[in-house]
Amino acid sequence: MKQSVFLGTLAAAAVAGSFASATTLEDVQAAGTLNCGVSTGVNGFSAPDANGVWQGFDVAVCRAVAAAVLGDPMAVNFVPTTGQTRFTALASGEIDLLARNTTWTFSRDVDLGFTFVGVNYYDGQGFMVPRELGVSSATELDGATVCIQTGTTTELNLADYFRVNNMSYEPVPIETNAEAQQQYLAGACDVYTTDASGLAATRASFETPGDHVILPEIISKEPLGPLVRQGDDQWADINRWVLNALIAAEELGVTSANLEQMAAGTDNPEINRLLGTEGDLGAMLGLSSEFARNAIAAGGNYGEIFAATIGEATPIGLARGLNAQWTQGGLIYAPPFR
Amino acid sequence: MSDTHAQTVPFVRDTMLPEAEPPASEMGATKWVRENLFNGWVSAILTLLSIAAVAFLVYELFPWFANSVWNANSLTECREILDGATGACWAVIRVNWLQLIFGFYPPELYWRPILAFVLLLVAVAPVLFPAAPKNLLYFSAVYPFIGVWLLWGGPIWGVLVAAMGFVIGYLVLRLLSAFGALIQTGGAVIAALIWWIFFAGMVIDTLSTALPIGIEAVPSREFGGFMISIVIGVSGIALSLPLGILLALGRQSNMPLIKGVSVVFIEFIRGVPLITLLFTASLLLNYFLPPGTNFDLILRVIIMVTLFATAYMAEVIRGGLAALPRGQYEGADALGLDYWKAQRLIIMPQALKISIPGIVNTFIGLFKDTTLVVFIGLLDPIGRASAIRATSDWQGIYWELFIFIGAIFWVFCFSMSRYSMYLERRLQTDHR
Repeated sequence: MKQSVFLGTLAAAAVAGSFASATTLEDVQAAGTLNCGVSTGVNGFSAPDANGVWQGFDVAVCRAVAAAVLGDPMAVNFVPTTGQTRFTALASGEIDLLARNTTWTFSRDVDLGFTFVGVNYYDGQGFMVPRELGVSSATELDGATVCIQTGTTTELNLADYFRVNNMSYEPVPIETNAEAQQQYLAGACDVYTTDASGLAATRASFETPGDHVILPEIISKEPLGPLVRQGDDQWADINRWVLNALIAAEELGVTSANLEQMAAGTDNPEINRLLGTEGDLGAMLGLSSEFARNAIAAGGNYGEIFAATIGEATPIGLARGLNAQWTQGGLIYAPPFR
Repeated sequence: MSDTHAQTVPFVRDTMLPEAEPPASEMGATKWVRENLFNGWVSAILTLLSIAAVAFLVYELFPWFANSVWNANSLTECREILDGATGACWAVIRVNWLQLIFGFYPPELYWRPILAFVLLLVAVAPVLFPAAPKNLLYFSAVYPFIGVWLLWGGPIWGVLVAAMGFVIGYLVLRLLSAFGALIQTGGAVIAALIWWIFFAGMVIDTLSTALPIGIEAVPSREFGGFMISIVIGVSGIALSLPLGILLALGRQSNMPLIKGVSVVFIEFIRGVPLITLLFTASLLLNYFLPPGTNFDLILRVIIMVTLFATAYMAEVIRGGLAALPRGQYEGADALGLDYWKAQRLIIMPQALKISIPGIVNTFIGLFKDTTLVVFIGLLDPIGRASAIRATSDWQGIYWELFIFIGAIFWVFCFSMSRYSMYLERRLQTDHR
C-alpha cells in the first residue's frame, strides 16, 4: 500500500513536471544548443573526425536545424546512441531530434509514438558476396550463411525474403558493421546483408573491392529519416520544413555559393519566400524569416550535402539513384514553400 | 702386514684422483634442457610443439610488426605505402591517440585532466606506500573535490559547498558526542543530507552570481576515451571499498533490520548482470525523473558501477571476516573494546589483510568492466575506436586499435596486480 502511494506520487510529479515544461522550441532556445541523437559511428552518415568534430549526412541535418533555430550550425550537442538506446533517448527527452539512419516504419511511427519529419535517404537492403562464389543473383543464395546485424529491420527483411523465395539460410548474428566486415572477410559467412548504402561504404574500404560484388536485388524499402517526439507539432513542423528547405534549395538552384546573392532578392517568388525576402514563412514556424537561409548556409543544399558526405566523389561513392530530385527521376520532393 | 699384497696386487693407488668434470649430459645448459624441456617423452613432445607454435607466431607476426606504417592519414595511404606487403598501420593510433585518451574534451583544456591525473597519483601515494609523508593524507582527503572541479570545471562554489556538507556532518558528529554512536552517526548523515538537498543549490547559485570565480565548465558528454574509463574506474574503486566494508559488517550484524537490508542488497546486485544496471541507469531512470531534470549520465554510471562493485567487495571482505578465528572477536571483547574500536583495531586489519587478493581482483574486474559503457552510447576507448573505424579514412582497420587499447588496459591492471603482491609481501600474510 505504502509503495503504491509512493509510486503514485512519483507518477503525479512526473505528469505535473511534463505539463509545466515549455515547448521543445522554447527549451532548445533557452538552452542555446540542440541535443541531436546520432549513431556511435556509421561511415558517411555520422562519425567524429580526427579532431572530434562530427561529420556526415545525418549530422548535416542536425546542423541545419541548429542553424535554423539558433542561427549557429555548431550549437549542437551530439549524443551518440546505439540501436538499443536511440528510441528511449528521444522518448525521455534526452535528445530533441534523432538523425541516425532510422527506417520509417509503421510501428515506430504509430506505436512508439514518434513523428518522422521526412526522408533524407531512400535506402534498400542488398547483398554482398565474394566474386569467387560466382553468384549473380540473390535467388541463388539457398543454403548460404549470412552475416546479419541483430535488432534491425534488415534481420526481419532477410527472413521474409528467404521465406517468400522458399530458400533456407544460416544466420551469423553480429553486433556492428565493423564486426560484420571482419567476419565477412574472414570467411565466417558467404553473404553480408545490410542497407545498400552501407554495403557500398563497406566494400569501398576493402583492400581489393573488385573481389566482391553487390547483387542487383534490393529486397526491402528502407526510407531513412530524422524523427522527433510525437505531441509537439510545432517542433515537428520546424524539423520537417528545415529538411524541405534543403531539398527545395537544390531544386531551385540555391547553393551555398550563390546564397548571399539570391538572398538579396530574385525574380523567382518561391526563392524569395524560401529565403525570407518575401512573405513571413519563418514567423509562422516561430522562427526568424531567415531560418531557411541559415539552414542552407550551414552545409549547402541537399545535393551539396549528399555530394560532400556520401556522394560519388567521396570514398563511399554512392550514386544519387532514388535520392535524386523528382525532376531527375528520383524520389526527393519538397512540397511548395507557399 | 704392509706388504701382504705386494705380490698379489701389482699396483695400489695412494693419492686421490683429481675431481673430474661431470658427464656432459649432467652439467650446464644440457642438464637444464634435459631436466626442464626433455624430461621424458611427454615433455619432449610438448616442448617441440611449443617451439613450433612460437616459431609459427613469430614467422606470421614478425613481418606485420616489422612493416609498421606510422605516417599516413588513412588506411588507403597505409596500403599504398605497404604496397601489397602485410604490415600494421599504427598511423591510426598516431592520428587519433588524443581522441582515444580524451574523447571530445576540448583540446585547449587537456591540461586539466592531465593535472587531475598527476594529482591523483600524489593523492594515492600516502594510501599506498608507507614511505610517503603522512601529511599528504590531508591532500588525499580533499583530492576528490579538486579532481572533480578540474575535470568538470564550472564555478568553484559547487565543490566547496559540496565539501561543506562533510564539514557540517563532522560538526554535528562532535556536537552529539554525548549521545550514543547510532544517534551520533545518524544525526551527522541527516544534517549533511539536509544541507545538500535543501540548501546547497541555493547557496551555489547565490555565491556564483555574487562571486563568479571558476574555470570553464566541460559537460560530461565531452568526456571520452581512457579518461572516462579512469574516471569511472577510480571513483568506483575508491567508493566501493569503504561501502563494501560497511556492507560486509552489516551482513554479519546482530540487528535484523541492518542484516536484512544488507543481504537483500548484496543478493539483488549480485543476481543482476552489470549491463542491466547500466541500461537502467541510462534508460529507465530517465522515465522516472521529472522531465527537465538533468541527472548526469556519467554520474549515474558511476553510481551503478559502484553499487555493483560494492556487493562483490562485501562478499570478499565477508570471506576475510569468516577466516578470522573466533578467539580474535572474543579477545577484542575481553579487552573491553566497543564494536567500532574492535573492528578498527583488531578485526579489520586482519580481515582486510587476508582479503587483499580478492579485493584487488574485484578492482581489476571493475576497471575492465568500465568498457561495458559502450553499450549505452558513452564513447569509452572501445566506443571511440568503433567511431574511428566508422570514418571513411579508417574503415576496415581492426587489430591496431584493439592492441593499443588492450596494451593500455594491461599496463593498468598489471600495475594493480603487482602492487597487491607487494602489499602482501609487506604485510606478510602467510602467518609466519
